[in-house]
Amino acid sequence: MTTEFTPWLSMIGGILIGLSAVILMATNGRIAGMTGILGGVLPPLEVDWVWRAIFLLGCVIPAILLKALGHAPEVAFPMSNTAIAIGGLIVGIGASYGSGCTSGHGICGLARFSKRSAVATVTFMLATFITVFVIRHMIGA
Amino acid sequence: MKNASALLAGLVFGLGIVLSGMGNPAKVINFFDVAGTFDPSLIFVMAGGMLTAMAGYALVFRKLKRPLYDSQFNVPTAKKIDTALVAGSAAFGVGWGISGFCPGGSIPVLGLGDSRIFIFVVAMGLGLFFAKALKAGVFDLAKA
Repeated sequence: MTTEFTPWLSMIGGILIGLSAVILMATNGRIAGMTGILGGVLPPLEVDWVWRAIFLLGCVIPAILLKALGHAPEVAFPMSNTAIAIGGLIVGIGASYGSGCTSGHGICGLARFSKRSAVATVTFMLATFITVFVIRHMIGA
Repeated sequence: MKNASALLAGLVFGLGIVLSGMGNPAKVINFFDVAGTFDPSLIFVMAGGMLTAMAGYALVFRKLKRPLYDSQFNVPTAKKIDTALVAGSAAFGVGWGISGFCPGGSIPVLGLGDSRIFIFVVAMGLGLFFAKALKAGVFDLAKA
């Protein structure tokens, strides 16, 4: 399944993700990392779960609005539902033990020159690359 | 105000993810499929996001003694490169490679009503919950 190369749109999207991190740091003094924010609204709730839930609410609104306006973003899955479920479970466990994901380590952590985030980012990028290579070109799924 | 700023940050994050293509597993997988249907778009997401945050953080930490709506900056203080960090990150990468979704990519598209997004988010939520409980020692019944 090929996808269109969208350098400008992707860069604008990236800049907005970075801007969100800056807003959250300047106002609430927090890292805009999805793993950390999500973890706090799962039981047992963190004491400051309210702003986290509100951040998550804000996250889902743009796609809903775009869809209502007839510009639903493309979401395609070149894999089975079983793979989606297994992948999700591993993502949850891994990101929790790794203390972050693409947003927390890859954007916020690198932006504040954290050595842990640099190690985490290189590790997960490499692991993802190898996983995709094995699935696509060795197993051939 | 703390909640209003969290809402604004969430809206901007969600819009960024949707525009960038990080919420589209096909596009994410293609970024990593250098030997196949390669789509380099996501390097522009990472670069745009990181450089913006880098410049913005530098400005925030230089100009502000504390955040506007809280008494102090709450940033991670851990410095040690430990097994949990490396093994956890490696596992996260494997899961990302299998499903094409990372946590930040999946939540913003949740409202589109595609059942496969729900499958991912529920499975990820279970993983996060399970790991959190494990770390908190919930399952250490033998020690109790």
